Amino acid sequence: MAKHATPLLDQLESGPWPSFVSDIKQEADNRHANPNGVEYQIPVDVCDDLLGLLEMSYVDGETHWKHGGIVGVFGYGGGVIGRYCDQPQMFPGVAHFHTVRVNQPSGKYYSTDYLRSLMDLWDFRGSGLTNMHGATGDLVWLGTTTPQLEEIFYTLTHDLNTDLGGSGSNLRTPADCLGQSRCEYACYDVAALCYHMTIEYQDELHRPAFPYKFKFKFDGCPNGCVAAIARSDFSVIGTWKDDIRIDQSAVAAYVKGEFAPNAGAHSTRDWGKFDIVKEVVNLCPTGCMSYDGSKLTIDNKECYRCMHCINTMPRALKIGTETGASIFVGAKAPILDGAQMGSLLVPFVPVEGEYDEVKEVVENLWDWWMEEGKNRERIGETIRRMGFQKMLEVTNIKADARHVQEPRTNPYIFWKEEDVEGGWQRDINEFRKRHQR
Amino acid sequence: MAFISAGYNPKKPMENRITDIGPRKYDQFLPPVLKDNYGKWDYHEIIEPGVLMHKGLSGDEVYTVRCGGARLMSVTLVREICDIGEKYCGGYVRFTTRNNIEFMVGTKAEALALKAELNGRKFAAGSHRFPVGGTGAGITNIVHTQGWVHCHTPATDASGTVKVVMDEFFEDFGAHNMPAPLRISMACCLNMCGAVHCSDIAILGYHRKPPLVDNEYVDNLCEIPLAVAACPLGAIRPTKVEVNGKEVKSVAIKQERCMFCGNCYTMCPSLPLSDKEGDGLVIMAGGKISNRITNPKFSKVVVAFIPNEPPRWPTLAKVIRKIVDAYSKDANKYERVGDWAERIGWERFFEKCDLEFTAHLIDDFRDPAYYTWRQTTNFKW
Repeated sequence: MAKHATPLLDQLESGPWPSFVSDIKQEADNRHANPNGVEYQIPVDVCDDLLGLLEMSYVDGETHWKHGGIVGVFGYGGGVIGRYCDQPQMFPGVAHFHTVRVNQPSGKYYSTDYLRSLMDLWDFRGSGLTNMHGATGDLVWLGTTTPQLEEIFYTLTHDLNTDLGGSGSNLRTPADCLGQSRCEYACYDVAALCYHMTIEYQDELHRPAFPYKFKFKFDGCPNGCVAAIARSDFSVIGTWKDDIRIDQSAVAAYVKGEFAPNAGAHSTRDWGKFDIVKEVVNLCPTGCMSYDGSKLTIDNKECYRCMHCINTMPRALKIGTETGASIFVGAKAPILDGAQMGSLLVPFVPVEGEYDEVKEVVENLWDWWMEEGKNRERIGETIRRMGFQKMLEVTNIKADARHVQEPRTNPYIFWKEEDVEGGWQRDINEFRKRHQR
Repeated sequence: MAFISAGYNPKKPMENRITDIGPRKYDQFLPPVLKDNYGKWDYHEIIEPGVLMHKGLSGDEVYTVRCGGARLMSVTLVREICDIGEKYCGGYVRFTTRNNIEFMVGTKAEALALKAELNGRKFAAGSHRFPVGGTGAGITNIVHTQGWVHCHTPATDASGTVKVVMDEFFEDFGAHNMPAPLRISMACCLNMCGAVHCSDIAILGYHRKPPLVDNEYVDNLCEIPLAVAACPLGAIRPTKVEVNGKEVKSVAIKQERCMFCGNCYTMCPSLPLSDKEGDGLVIMAGGKISNRITNPKFSKVVVAFIPNEPPRWPTLAKVIRKIVDAYSKDANKYERVGDWAERIGWERFFEKCDLEFTAHLIDDFRDPAYYTWRQTTNFKW
């Protein structure tokens, strides 16, 4: 018998898609049955109370969570988000229900041993409910009490050899696509760079020193599976400089219908016979391709590497071999002044060694933003307020036509005194000698 | 429920303290075939919806079975994932950016058997535990936020709205029947933890009533200057009001200036916005992240408001169904929702999707607004 009746939530148990309500109920039952004899450190009926509270929101059409308080682990300013419900008498199990963010491994790969050890810890010291994963990339653990926080952190660092993720005005937990671990499109070792940057900037990740949040995301190619260009203040997106490699015999196999176009991504629907001219050559946004009936030709100098032809014929076309990445800065969701896409800052950076070229850009940006950024101003907003030119100046990057979609349409150029012959200091009396009042 | 210490000594917090070690390194979690072929992959094929084959230059093959999951998962469910990973995948599993689970096996036969098994696993009440799909030109899993489950600012629930939309499009999750990949995302307030602003279809929770002012507590719970500064529209000013015969410091809100972003509430808990009638959903469409064929682009607001209708949000499911059906029927192969809308023209988009165009959909927020108005004779009747 459920602790709270949840007639509205129960309606979310029907339908084919995995029901989170069924899963929370399963966990509630598991905690009551406790087959493994866990000495639960937070109330056993936490899942029941969460369902009860959520049902109340479904009735009221309003959330019943209050603002987070300042809770966390000693010495860190992030990784834990305080959470309290506003009906603690009715739902004491979730009166204190803090979120813990645990830094996920790059690519979100796990051994089951490791994943089990994480789940055992959260079963023991938390609600047993997680997000796999949060929007930024962390493992998000939903709900524990303040006394458990240091204990969880102790076990994470001592026994599980891992750490908390970011929150607040910190570097947020970096995230990446799966990169070279299982993708032929990855133009650089995404996981290695993501891991390196995460370790390199642990201090920034755990201790708030920024005007606001700052996100790193690493995409291996312009397909953008981890959404770096839309979602990260600093996005590193794989690219290449040389030619797309063509295997003409594989091109012929696609034309003959031996290989499914787009790796079989359109297989449920009959789109007719694959037509290389219609589906590849004519869809190329730069018009740099041609097909003469037997041979596919690419004018690589005019190609801007959108990935369409490679996605469509992955067995015939391969990314180039002179690979690296482009860096985009300033993407963010709409709060406050509207959404921003990342803007190209570095067209090409080699991704190798200790990644000094990448880190130099990051550190120059941070130095500037920490000096000039206003409270709760994302770096993309600082750039808009102070100008793209200012960003070029602080990063010592030379302006390049690739930086813009088009040149400015107004001539309101902020010339600097040192750029103008003779400077700005002039004598009005000299002027008046030539021009009467 | 006796407190059990892990070893932490609150009297000496720095004793044996380990900090700043970061996450475990990824390479210890890669299945051997991925380690062996790292950076040396040749190509991939989607054998059938939800089943991918990646081929290494070495000739090695790995088969991945992808299945959807509610982002909210219990430890019991994750342990079941571990059981499957141990039984079939040598003790390795992976999660995707879009809350899918991936199981990797060595042969096609194993992959197809695993697909059948995963599709057979259900919760007692009937929903799938691990439905296989989410690949290619179909509708993959929805990325989303916390909603009423665990957040203080939402204008709707996230898990519930996602559940009803994925129920509606369940067949499309397990099929390759769309013109191109169709990505749906959900964020339960304008903060957009889910960053839905570049999705083919975005579901966004939105408030429509300005904040209440809890005069009695504003000055105790908030820094008034921070609350004032938090408003991007300058709609909040400090003021003094009388509460129970006593003059207290508070704030006044110019209500007609409010765009309901909730930034003030984030800074000051005495300015709550939530309201049953006021809150609901905005639908945006036509955004993308990939650079394929066309540039990444923002989603556009196509439905200004859908009321919250818990628990199953029937209007939400219906509206998205109309957009998806019109797109699926009319778009060219490889054409994303936004590319389709731009090719046919947005005026035609509203007609084909049977959506009403209202004044709410014309941008009036600062400079970028002007650039979205029509400045050409090139429009369609």
